[in-house]
Amino acid sequence: VTAATHRSAEEIGRTPHGPRPLPDLGQQRGRTDLAHVDTVIGNGLRVLAVRKPGVPLVEARLSIPFAGTDPMHPATAEVLAETLLTGTRRRDRVAIDTELALIGGELGTVVDPERLAISGTALADGLPTLLDVLADVLTAASYPDTEVRREAERIGERLAVARTQPRVIAREALQRHRYGDHPYTREMPHAEDVAAVVPEQVRQLHAAAVLPRNSTLVLVGDLDPEQVVGQVEQALAGWESERSASVLPPLPMVSGGDVLLVPRAGAVQSQIRLSAQSLPRTDERYPALQLANLVLGGYFSSRLVENIREDKGYTYGAHSGFEFTGGSATVQVDADTATDVTAAALLETRYELGRLGLVPPTAEEVESVRQYAIGSLLIATSSQAGLASQLSALAAVGLGVEWLTGHPQRLADVSVEQVAEAALRFFAPSRFTGVVVGDAGVLAPQFEALGGVTVGAQ
Amino acid sequence: MAGSEQPELHRLTLDNGLRVVLAPDRSAPVVGVSVHYDVGFRSEPEGRTGFAHLFEHLMFQGSESLEKLAHFRHIQGSGGTFNGSTHPDYTDYFEVLPSAALERALFLEADRMRAPKLTPENLANQIDVVKEEIRLNVLNRPYGGFPWILLPPVLYSTFPNAHNGYGDFTDLEQATLDDCAAFFDTYYAPANAVLTVTGDIDVDQARGLIEKHFGDVPERPRPTRPSFAEPPPEGELRETHVDAHAPLPALAVGYRMPDPVNELDGYLANLVLAGVLSDGDGSRLQQRLVHRDALVTDVNAGAGLFGPFEARDPDTFSITAVHAPDVTPDQVLRAIDEELDALATTPPETQELAKVTARWSASLHAEHDRLVSRTLALGSFELLYGDPALVYQLADRIASVTADDVAAAAKALRPDARAVLIVEPSSLESNSAEPSSAESTTGGNQ
Repeated sequence: VTAATHRSAEEIGRTPHGPRPLPDLGQQRGRTDLAHVDTVIGNGLRVLAVRKPGVPLVEARLSIPFAGTDPMHPATAEVLAETLLTGTRRRDRVAIDTELALIGGELGTVVDPERLAISGTALADGLPTLLDVLADVLTAASYPDTEVRREAERIGERLAVARTQPRVIAREALQRHRYGDHPYTREMPHAEDVAAVVPEQVRQLHAAAVLPRNSTLVLVGDLDPEQVVGQVEQALAGWESERSASVLPPLPMVSGGDVLLVPRAGAVQSQIRLSAQSLPRTDERYPALQLANLVLGGYFSSRLVENIREDKGYTYGAHSGFEFTGGSATVQVDADTATDVTAAALLETRYELGRLGLVPPTAEEVESVRQYAIGSLLIATSSQAGLASQLSALAAVGLGVEWLTGHPQRLADVSVEQVAEAALRFFAPSRFTGVVVGDAGVLAPQFEALGGVTVGAQ
Repeated sequence: MAGSEQPELHRLTLDNGLRVVLAPDRSAPVVGVSVHYDVGFRSEPEGRTGFAHLFEHLMFQGSESLEKLAHFRHIQGSGGTFNGSTHPDYTDYFEVLPSAALERALFLEADRMRAPKLTPENLANQIDVVKEEIRLNVLNRPYGGFPWILLPPVLYSTFPNAHNGYGDFTDLEQATLDDCAAFFDTYYAPANAVLTVTGDIDVDQARGLIEKHFGDVPERPRPTRPSFAEPPPEGELRETHVDAHAPLPALAVGYRMPDPVNELDGYLANLVLAGVLSDGDGSRLQQRLVHRDALVTDVNAGAGLFGPFEARDPDTFSITAVHAPDVTPDQVLRAIDEELDALATTPPETQELAKVTARWSASLHAEHDRLVSRTLALGSFELLYGDPALVYQLADRIASVTADDVAAAAKALRPDARAVLIVEPSSLESNSAEPSSAESTTGGNQ
């Protein structure tokens, strides 16, 4: 099928003209202002409404702090999230879906140890219906017995699937290794707990925990912010309580220590997951730390990716990134690698962590990540959905539009020296702990030779 | 989008045959650039499964003016993001950047279209990277390659349609530099490509920059595109795949569907049918299989194994479900057949169609709102349909599908002309040692 005669690879790679110079960057326009209203309405809910026309849609992100210490909390919360949209006093499951569908809308729920998140979208002229359905489930979700039983069954089946995923196995192992039994580790309930959940427990949890005070609602899209806040105030007037939604207790600090090898017999690939304590967005050193992280493994042109993927071919993707939890943050360094190169990949990863502090990012490296940090934030927030999700994450920690619009300048102000300080202080290999999930038969002898790894029980 | 408010679009063709689509939108200071080449994994030769995707990786490895790694560094160092992906009928490369970097992005795409640096070191390195990608997405996880790798060999009988587009490890390891040179010279001609530029651009300035950077890419003949047509199955074809990682059984049902390009209205009727069957709690299969009969954990119906508008003929309509061990595949199939029969006999209600139409309208708006997906949609519609403006007419075309059209589409999904792939979990003592012949997918580069 290919051409009968073709040039050689060498002939293809050069032209009579020879290499050409890279064009300079042109003039960059700034982003247009984001008209918005950020206010707390009568029931204690913070509402952040942003006008972003372009397409006739609205995006909604409701975030409710949803921590719980009861051992059954994760299971009950999971069932609540899966059945919140299955019936109210006025609507059954199909009626909810039908009303949303007719406005091109969707509502979805996700719960984790910190929050219950309800996300939605709809054609802009369907916003009143979207708010009406939202208010209905918040104030009158009925958790019908049959729906609760059926969803609990499905959750059990999905948990079985999820727990065979290597990334889930690695995540659960990392959480236990970092935080022991803290409620934050209970990201997925036990199947037997889910099976034991009864509808009345779900109704009680809703009454006790689905609360407006401490919660945030972000609305972004083809809307008038002033007018929308009034609409929200009216639609959600019946959602009220004197109590506040429950915030996760602070996490203990992650301290450095041995990496735990979690055996997974016969695995063809291993998961490397390292973690260290880091800084929240509100810390004045955060912008410098953000840039240091990008140089390490936060983008494709990072030291770690160029080393273990593009030079050595150990992995398809290596990555380092922040995990923000309440007022604190950690950094995670991840890679999935073939079993026979896992120990070598861990060695290279430690080397890059050490090198980041000792051979700090050059002015050129800092300039590259600075442009990337500023540009990728601009790109990520150039869609309604991207902006809504970004603002919801910021709102959850008390920040807002001003942080977003001010961040490019903070990044522009970071010096090469500040990046070097952050790298030395926060990326020292001794500050990291973590897990590796993989075939212990192959890995254990190599890790024993490498050191700093404890072999866990099968 | 509604046809009445169709956004501004410009098309042109350079002397070397490169087709260009320009879609200015000054609402945010960012630009999107993509290049679609008219070759995908259906065109790769026997004995070279996975080659189109491997070659996609190599296109990121340097070109005459750019050392290895320079492409990534220049995009990201200008504040941009990038990727590439391999599909059945095309391969795309794309970046989104702050608008100041427009010329830089055009330069990078032109340089690799003109003279990519194909070296034995980069080939060996990227074979390793692709094998890690396949381990990650297929070999080391439950339901890897389900259904996109596993269903085609049941439904189709010819190599282009049936084979694994991620590639067999043995084939990947045998790829040579000369294969790369032949593939590039044949398929990566400017006349076989579409360049799309969207976002914060001035049309005249963009035209000038495109001519400046792409104008002297030498013309080469556009390869003749073969037909991949093959007759539909004459009966129900069934195969079982044992998955060492899967905890629950699953099944995929594959049907042939109307030609996405030459029978577009019939194809759109299948899209609406997919929505009526499985989109939302009120849809037919969700209500029947998940809630009423409680046979399956999840069910999904859709056109195209990678989503709609991704392939030419032949394309696949699929229904997939994960179910409890005590439910048999035939129970699930019987329920599906009954629901299809019901739709074929009694066309769907007006409200059912209105639901699907409104959700499609919203999802097309959302796709348009993300610059990267807008850029890729315009480019692929130029490539597959010769008409990027069709992107903006889809919502209206979907809204004009009638209840009778949907009934006819349901009637055509016949039990005696389909493929059924059954995924069975193996015993708990699974030996997940790496098979020498791998399964596959395509996907992004990063």
